[in-house]
Amino acid sequence: MAEAIINGLSGLVVGFQMLAMDWRNLIMLIVGFGLLWLGIKKDCEPLLLLPIGFGCILVNIPLSDVMSHEGFIRVIYDAGIATELFPLLIFIGIGAMTDFGPVLANPSTFLLGAAGQFGIFLTLLLALALGFPQLQAVSIGIIGACDGPTAIYVTSKFAPELLGAVSVAAYSYMSLVPIIQPPIMRLLTTKKERETVMKPVARPVSKTTKLLFPLVITILGGLIAPKGLPLLATIMLGNLMKESGVVARLTKASENEIANVVTLFLGLSIGATMVGSAFVKAQTLIILCLGFMAICLDTVCGVLMGKVMRVVSGGKVNPLIGAAGISAFPMAARVVQKEGQKWNKKSYLLMHAMGANAGGQIGSVIAAAVMLSVLAGMGIIK
Amino acid sequence: MDNLTFGITMLICGMGGTVLTLWIMSLVMELLGRLFPEKPEKKEA
Repeated sequence: MAEAIINGLSGLVVGFQMLAMDWRNLIMLIVGFGLLWLGIKKDCEPLLLLPIGFGCILVNIPLSDVMSHEGFIRVIYDAGIATELFPLLIFIGIGAMTDFGPVLANPSTFLLGAAGQFGIFLTLLLALALGFPQLQAVSIGIIGACDGPTAIYVTSKFAPELLGAVSVAAYSYMSLVPIIQPPIMRLLTTKKERETVMKPVARPVSKTTKLLFPLVITILGGLIAPKGLPLLATIMLGNLMKESGVVARLTKASENEIANVVTLFLGLSIGATMVGSAFVKAQTLIILCLGFMAICLDTVCGVLMGKVMRVVSGGKVNPLIGAAGISAFPMAARVVQKEGQKWNKKSYLLMHAMGANAGGQIGSVIAAAVMLSVLAGMGIIK
Repeated sequence: MDNLTFGITMLICGMGGTVLTLWIMSLVMELLGRLFPEKPEKKEA
């Protein structure tokens, strides 16, 4: 009987023994707490980092079966991440929340949204140079889209083993945009350029244009880059619902209930991919560094494009707005406005930056779609 | 396909394709804006 009791009690301490045996789980538990701290204390993307941090803790508790064959997070993962469904549902919500009015009022800012994606391709080259396999390099490069759902969509498709690192990098750096961008903006521009006052965007946009925008973009984007159509179509569906004004219940559900539930599931599932044995590697650190480079390169290319537009327009454009050509909406536009005001109190760049930022939102999706179609064209993916 | 060819192809086609697509879209947006301009509201009599 004593032996049975000892055996029974040993079952209660086996988890502690396993934790002591694999130090990587212990490290990941600390990482999980770090993510929770960032979300709760530092307010860095708390909607994502809190469930990611918790998922990370759950999966690194030894003998945890949340990601085993019938584990509850595995069920969520298989249903929404492996099928690429969750990022698409999030995109409907993003489309329903985004006002593309500023970019429609000044369509040339779309080009800033293109320049803001160059970091994707330059980072892809860096990843290849560091020896990552081609599809892993694509997934690392996509961190430069500065767009969580796009990064998850592409990575879950081509390099699911990197999903945790890529997602954490994408969301963490997105929340660090106000810290990462300003020094680069100052470094690449002169005082005179930063002080430039831009004329207000005066052109009003008709309801018909706003309604046709999502339809035209979907068809055009779908024809050019059919592989990325689900990404583009879902964001545009959300926007069409918003602009039509006739499906207020669906719009509200997309931007609130659906987006909230999916965000919770997405975060938990991503966190649960961060198991110590797969995550604690030098490779993860390299991916985090490359992700940081990607966002810096996006900002560099965006500001440089802003400088080109300044030359073409005869000095009417403040190149700072180029930094907003990324997908972190509307955070990047606010950073530009704040930076512009710092150098000239009479400078109001917000609406111009919002145009570039909305362009960046579409740009990141188009860049991913183009990338997928080019890969398909080369026969690397089906 | 070797990594160099792959990387350069992705750089040229990817960056070029993204810029080209967004440029075409900006032209279409410009066209839509001109075809369907915002009409000023009619003043009530």
